[in-house]
Amino acid sequence: MSTKTESGAAEPRIHPITPYIRMDRMPHIWCPTCGIGTVVKCFATALGRSKLDLDKVSVVSGIGCTGRVAGYVRMDSFHSTHGRALPFATGLKLGRPELTVAVISGDGDLIGIGGNHFIHAARRNMDLLVILVNNFIYGMTGGQNAPTTPLGARSSTMPFGNFERPFNLPHLAATCGATYVARWTSMHTAQMTRTFTEALKRKGFRFVEVVAPCSTLYARLNKLGTGLDLMTYYRDNFEIQNKADTRTLDLEFQGKIICGKFVDEERPTFLEAMETHYRGVLGEKYVPMPPEGGMLHGQD
Amino acid sequence: MRAHYLEAAGVRTVPADPRGVLTGTHYLDGDFACGEGAMAAGCRFVAGYPITPSTEVVERIGRRFPTVGGIFIQMEDELASMAAVVGGSWSGTKSMTVTSGPGFSLMMENIGLAAMMEAPCVIVDVQRAGPSTGLPTMVGQGDMMQARWGSHGDYGVIALSPRSPQEAFDLTIDAFNLSEIYRVPVLLMMDECVGHMTEKVVIPPADRIEVVPRRLTRQAPARYRPYRAGANLVPEMVRAGDGYRFHTTGLTHDERGYPAMNVATQEALVRRLVEKLRHNVDRILRIEEDGTEGADVVVVSYGITSRVAQLGVELARRQGAKVGTLRLVVCWPFPEARIRELAGRVKAFVVPEINFGQMVLEVERCAAGKAAAIGIPHAGGGVHDPEEICRTILGAAR
Repeated sequence: MSTKTESGAAEPRIHPITPYIRMDRMPHIWCPTCGIGTVVKCFATALGRSKLDLDKVSVVSGIGCTGRVAGYVRMDSFHSTHGRALPFATGLKLGRPELTVAVISGDGDLIGIGGNHFIHAARRNMDLLVILVNNFIYGMTGGQNAPTTPLGARSSTMPFGNFERPFNLPHLAATCGATYVARWTSMHTAQMTRTFTEALKRKGFRFVEVVAPCSTLYARLNKLGTGLDLMTYYRDNFEIQNKADTRTLDLEFQGKIICGKFVDEERPTFLEAMETHYRGVLGEKYVPMPPEGGMLHGQD
Repeated sequence: MRAHYLEAAGVRTVPADPRGVLTGTHYLDGDFACGEGAMAAGCRFVAGYPITPSTEVVERIGRRFPTVGGIFIQMEDELASMAAVVGGSWSGTKSMTVTSGPGFSLMMENIGLAAMMEAPCVIVDVQRAGPSTGLPTMVGQGDMMQARWGSHGDYGVIALSPRSPQEAFDLTIDAFNLSEIYRVPVLLMMDECVGHMTEKVVIPPADRIEVVPRRLTRQAPARYRPYRAGANLVPEMVRAGDGYRFHTTGLTHDERGYPAMNVATQEALVRRLVEKLRHNVDRILRIEEDGTEGADVVVVSYGITSRVAQLGVELARRQGAKVGTLRLVVCWPFPEARIRELAGRVKAFVVPEINFGQMVLEVERCAAGKAAAIGIPHAGGGVHDPEEICRTILGAAR
């Protein structure tokens, strides 16, 4: 395939994010109008802008629709178990500290079954970029209720509407110790890309929630129309409030979506705190883990 | 002399990193000795959650790791510990976790992931009496079948069972080496008695300890296929950060490591996961026999029970019984062929174990009716009475 450029010369048609994607795995499994692909595109663009050495970037996912991201990015990528992306990524990072490790997974995975790991990884300020795609339900298994399903919204296991109070994710992350917290919708591609680019350069536990449409299940169960209707809803109901008090960030059913960057502060990461502490108490006796990992000398 | 399993596998070894080796003669409990063994084997990442009676292993590591270049992290639970170990393994750093029964149950999820991803790692289970919370501070051997079958689906593991603090040291090194050779999770099935028993432990000089390093592929990234296996059915490995841009998943996957949801890929993958241990079984098996030639009865045991059984055997021999012993050093894979062979010559196997009959089922299966398989159950919390073992031997010999 080729296309004529202005100069008239034929150039191969390569999408700008092709170098970041396993093209041999296309087409992907996501439904039309699903927001996850948009998040992947923004993440890939941010990686390009970050100028990071992609050989040293790893992506870890859990299970679910967003859990499939790891299978499509052309980096060292790990599709782990349900809910365990964060501890898996923790082991990967600590075993080779020079790696940049991103966790990309869904709300059910990171907050439902993986909630305990989420609060502890944030508490430790583990050096991970965590991108959570929030589609308000369990998509892969058929639209069941999630800890993010808004009050009153229908899910396949709450056909009469959800009565459990959902999490306010930016608030949860911030109160547990995340040092970078932001939220966008999948409509905000430019903002999301800028946030990812900035977050890739930060250290510590960086959390970005992306509200994304699931037209196949969430929208259908709640009679919200098509994917385009959901994007229209985002457009008409988002509000940017950088530095907003995270207590005010609850998401109500078809209500206002407050977006922006809420937290951006510095606190020693797990590895930095460990280094400082052991250097202080052990002095010369302290032997740090080498950045390239703890493989034995003489290994090849 | 080079260990049989190293010789048989024909792998290259390197001397241990002297920084992790506490050369000398020590008075250590099994848990501490296990921790020292891990450091000697090159383990530099440990994720764990405290649980009696295994805590001394991670306490030892927590104290020593900052001086040997290792990282210990106390995770929020055993699910996280085991997941972190699989992640740690893919970083190229040798990784381990330590637990007991209740935690072992929680680890099954990601032990399955390690088996599916073929991530070398070591899991230490200092067994206590179950089920559930059971007797937290007291001995059991009730996790032996869980070790083999605990995670869902079909896969293979290697399990070793030390009988002394010295073996807790030695077999921990072997566990790491075996996990690197066969790319399987290796389970060190200790028990509370061995874990808390204090004895002499000799730690050799570092250059006398053979360590199997992570065996990274030499293929160029463009040619490399993460799950293409060679003759011994074990694929060549890579680690994150070396430019291979590989993918690995717990889903059924093809040679590229890509998910492939079909029967043919499932058949090829799971068959290989199972066959890679069957194919190499003679290189892995390790048993110790004494007096089995011409015996009427053979006592099969492992861990602390093998030491108690020794007393029972001596009592029976004094009363004229022709009795031999067979100790499982490697419990999984099980020495099927040897039990079959002995079954044609002996009247009975006697199998004392601190559970209500687990490894005896394997003995019975392999004996296939040619010899009796008589279990001596013990609910846990203590060890057998050697007199009872003697009585059972005498009864079986009649």
